[in-house]
Formats: sequence, C-alpha cells, structure tokens
Amino acid sequence: MQISKETLLRSYRAMRTIRAFEERLHREFATGEIPGFVHLYCGEEASAVGVCSNLTEQDTIASTHRGHGHCIAKGVDVGGMMAEIYGRSTGVCRGKGGSMHIADLSKGMLGANGIVGGGPPLICGAALSHKVLKDNGVAVAFYGDGASNEGTTLESLNLASVWHLPAVFVVEDNGYGEATGSSYACAGTQKDRAAGFGMPYMECDGSDFFAVHDAARDAIDHARSGKGPVMLHVHLERWYGHFEGDSMSYRAPNEVADAKKYRDCLESFRKRAEQDQLLDLSALDDIDVAVADDIESAVKAAKQAPWPEDADLMANVYVKI
Amino acid sequence: MSKKSFRQAINEALRQEMRRDPTVVLMGEDVAGGQGGSSGVKDAWGGVLGVTKGLLTEFGEHRVLDTPISEASYIGAAAGAAATGLRPVAELMFVDFVGCCLDQIMNQAAKFRYMFGGKARTPLVIRAMYGAGFNAAAQHSQALYPLFTHIPGLKVVVPSSPYEAKGLLIEAIRDDDPVIFLENKVMYDDEEEVPDEAYTIPFGEARLTREGDDVTIVAIGRMVGMANEAADRLAKQGISCTVLDPRTTSPLDEQTILECVEDTGRLVVVDESSPRCNMACDISALVAEHAFGALKAPIRRVVPPHTPVPFSTPLEKLYMPNAEKIEAAVKSVMMQKTPEVA
Repeated sequence: MQISKETLLRSYRAMRTIRAFEERLHREFATGEIPGFVHLYCGEEASAVGVCSNLTEQDTIASTHRGHGHCIAKGVDVGGMMAEIYGRSTGVCRGKGGSMHIADLSKGMLGANGIVGGGPPLICGAALSHKVLKDNGVAVAFYGDGASNEGTTLESLNLASVWHLPAVFVVEDNGYGEATGSSYACAGTQKDRAAGFGMPYMECDGSDFFAVHDAARDAIDHARSGKGPVMLHVHLERWYGHFEGDSMSYRAPNEVADAKKYRDCLESFRKRAEQDQLLDLSALDDIDVAVADDIESAVKAAKQAPWPEDADLMANVYVKI
Repeated sequence: MSKKSFRQAINEALRQEMRRDPTVVLMGEDVAGGQGGSSGVKDAWGGVLGVTKGLLTEFGEHRVLDTPISEASYIGAAAGAAATGLRPVAELMFVDFVGCCLDQIMNQAAKFRYMFGGKARTPLVIRAMYGAGFNAAAQHSQALYPLFTHIPGLKVVVPSSPYEAKGLLIEAIRDDDPVIFLENKVMYDDEEEVPDEAYTIPFGEARLTREGDDVTIVAIGRMVGMANEAADRLAKQGISCTVLDPRTTSPLDEQTILECVEDTGRLVVVDESSPRCNMACDISALVAEHAFGALKAPIRRVVPPHTPVPFSTPLEKLYMPNAEKIEAAVKSVMMQKTPEVA
C-alpha cells in the first residue's frame, strides 16, 4: 500500500527531529550542563517513527530508558522535552522526571522508563483500557533485547495472549543490553518466544523506514482488528553508548562507523524517496533546515527557562491528601 | 596502607575474598564486563560504574558471571546457590531495581533459615547502589535500607567510607546470613587510607566519629560525612557533638546509641531515606522507649520530605539532608528546654 505524501513528510520530519535532538544532546552533555543519565536513540529513528506513523493520538505507547525517539515520534512537544532534560519548570514533567521519565499521557505516551522491562506490563493495562472502553485503540510496548529477558516482559506476552489484548510488542533489538551482547544474554530467538505465547511474529530491518512502517502497519492492524497481540522484532543499531560517557570498548571499532555509513535510516529514506520519485528532495532539505532551527530554539529556551520553585518539591505526590 | 577510593576498596575486598575462598562467585549485569560484544573485549565495563573491573581476568567466567537483565532470576539464583554451597555476591546495580526481584530476597533468601527450622545457611551478599545527589531521578535515587531492615532474616550494611566499605564487605562475604550491602553512588570516588591486607569490621558495632557532650547525632551511610562536617562547625561555636555511625541498620547497635544519648541528653538522627518508617523513626522510637528520662529536648530527625526523589538540580538539593540542615537541627535541640516529665 502506498504511503501518503503527507505521512512521508511527517515521518521524515520526525526522524530528522530525533536525530538532531539526540546529536545536540550528545554535544550538550559533553559540556557538563545536562544533569543525570542520558541514553541516546540515534540510529534507531526509523523504528519509533515507522511504528508510530501507524498510530493515532488515541493509541498508547510505553517506552524505555532510551525514550526520546518514542516521545518525539508520538508527538510530544520537543521544546518541553528539552526543558525537561535541563530540569526546568517548563519541561513536560515540570523538571520532576528528566530524560528517563518523559511522559505525556495526553499524547498517548505512557512514559520513558528507568526500569528495564517496566513498560510491557503497563501496555497490557493500556490495551485492556482500550478493549474495555471500546475506543478502537491499540497499545504498543517498545522494549529492548535486554528487556526481552525480564520476567515482566515474558509474563506480559503471556497475559496479553490470555486476555487477547490489542497489544503490539516491539522488540527493538540493537544487539546490546547495556554493555552485554544479546548474542550472550538472549537464549533462543524472539520468534520462538512469540510462538511460545501463541502470538504472530514479524520482523523487519530497523534502518529502513519503509520496512518498519509496513510491518508495523500489519502488526497494528492485526491487534486493532481484535485478533490479539503481535510481536514485531526490529533489528537496529545504536550509534552511541548505553549512556552518554560509555566508551563502548565492548564494540568493534568499525561497528558504529559502518552503521552510520551503510545503514543510516535518514539516508536510506532520502534515497528511496528519490529513486521512487515519492518526494522532492528539496522538500526534505527544507525540513532539515526547519528542524535545525527548532532544536536550536528548544535548547536556547531550555537554558533560559526558570528552575522549578521550592514549592514544586512537594507538589503532585498525591492527587489529594 | 595506601589511599584508596570507595570503588577500589570494594574491588579489593572482592578480590581478596575470591582468592581466599573458591566458593565466592560474582554475578550481575555487566559485572564481568559485558560479554558478547563485537570487539571481543570481555571485561569492558566491570559493572556499570567499574567496581568489579579486572576480576573477570583473574577469576574467569565461571566465577564472574554476566547476567541477562533478569533480576528475579539471578538474584534468586544467588539465593539458591548460597543455600547449596556457594558464597555468591550478586550486584543489583541500582537498589531501586529490587522492585524486579523482591520476592527472591524477602520471601526466599531471608526466610530459609527460619522456615527450615535452622537447617539452612544462605551466605549471600547483594550489593547495590543507593542514594540521591546524582540527578538520577525517582527510579535510580532511593535509599531503601529501611525496606530491607524491616525484613527479619536479612542483615543490612550501609558503609560510610572506603575503609568501612572494605572491612564490612569482607565481613559480609564471610557471614552465613543474607546481607544487603548498600553503596552510596555519590561516594565511589571518595578516598582515604585503606589497609592493603584483608580485615573485617563486625556487624552491629557502631563507631564514634566525633565525641562530644551536648548532642548525639546518629547518621547513616553518606550522612556520616555530613554529620561530621556539621559537628566540626558546631564545635567552633561551642556546641560539642557525638557522631555515631551504626554501620549496619540490621543488626543495630542499640546499646551504643542509648549510651551516647544517656551521656548527651539530646538526639538528632540523620537519614537520607524517605521519612516514614525509616531508620530515623526506628532509632527515635528506641531512644524514646529506653532513654526517655535522659532526654533534655525532643528528638529531631533530619530527613528528606515524603516525596519521590526529584530530577531537577535545585529540587534535589532541597530534598537532600546536608550539613547546614544538620547544624540547624542541632542548634534547635540545644535551644529546647528540658521537657517537663510528670
């Protein structure tokens, strides 16, 4: 099925925004101005965007510690995200959460997550809400190959099947859980795990937006149509360390360089758009310029934004005491 | 004897015990270093903050085991191994991750000996990082020692310096009960003189880091350094404080705490864990129950407010206890009149 021009432009913009956001954070983190832990999503953009381009605002996603890409792909405000990462009161979580806890429930974004395997059970609950409330929504859990070994994840695969939930389990397999390779840490295959819990399995090349988009469309259609949960296994590569500051000596020196050179999702998108005459490249160039401006403004605004007030410390521990 | 960091002190304790006892094994996420990577370097990390770096090289893959990110299974495996002949030291990374494996600690390891009529030994050590001050936000900053202290069957160690860390960790490894060993993540680069040879520090024996006549300050873990700083400032203002580091919250050296309060008549407890049902509550109750007559002023607790740990720097600073807050608390108890006792 042909992807509409509008969707393609929006998706390219989202991928470019993620790339620019993360590359900028990489530079800003090195100055020491960004507090806490930052885990970058560079190289994996086509996964978040390919999946979320098939979702509506009503659908729900849950993310991971590497969550900026999912947030942007689901429509969370970039300025608010940047301010959050700088710990300012204008942040989407008012400076309370930081990079690992960006969430915007109004956008169906149930949160990045500091706990590996924290998302999949929550997505069973979100899928249950969609099912009980009959709003035709689906719930999507993004989680890594590392989290695929958590009991919470394996239990969620089972529960989603038992309850026949409109859930999609997206395994973002970048080959590493922190510093440990999935070749060491993951027994068997994701495919067999899906089969073990009685759900369909799909896989795709995470450096190819079109491949992810089409696979995700099929997976999401399946879940939305009431046929139960699906697993979508996305093969991709992480361009930076587990967190900023990780020297990555566990990876071969050419691994990231090759990924950047041969498997850059933005480059492959542009090539495909040109080859198949889907879009005018100048429109993509314009997006690049506009996104660079957006990120510049977001950083500038974040650095100038006010810090939270002392009274904010005790705000929102409860709805009501 | 040479200057060593908190990180080095722990690494040395592990290394010396592994040399001495072949049943000591390590396990945890990336503790060997991160196996399965494309570079073929197997000891790239040595734990996420490098505490176990180099141990894989000396002891090999059978004794230094990388685990999948599967806390319930490997913490449970450590408990099972401990009950069947090994002395595992399992690294949970951030103590907050206990949410993923509490059953194996609380319902399994802690209860084996009692439930099995004294027939089990579970010489297990679980190491984990705790504490705020790193902008690590709500899921990576908690100080959960009260949670473990609450569970009978567990021993809980909260070392306050590199010297303490080495001696207490060796003691923990040699101990036959399950021990939770909590390392404050802000302290890994703190340095002090630490003996090169192995030594132990017994559990349940508090240490005095300052001796004074006016106020007893009981402080836990990283708070001990802050309490010392406050005591030194107060000394210049004519207020002399005893600072007491319990070292272990379970067992707790109740005797020494009570003796110190009997001497000074005033108590300030400094605890960076959430304020409800924390160690400050526990120690305050102990003193209120057994040394009420000695108190010249109400007990004061220097604790964070009852809220998750915030991310933003100014909020996190506001959240944390510090030397200024301790100093103010000591002054406030000094200004109190003796409560009237009927």
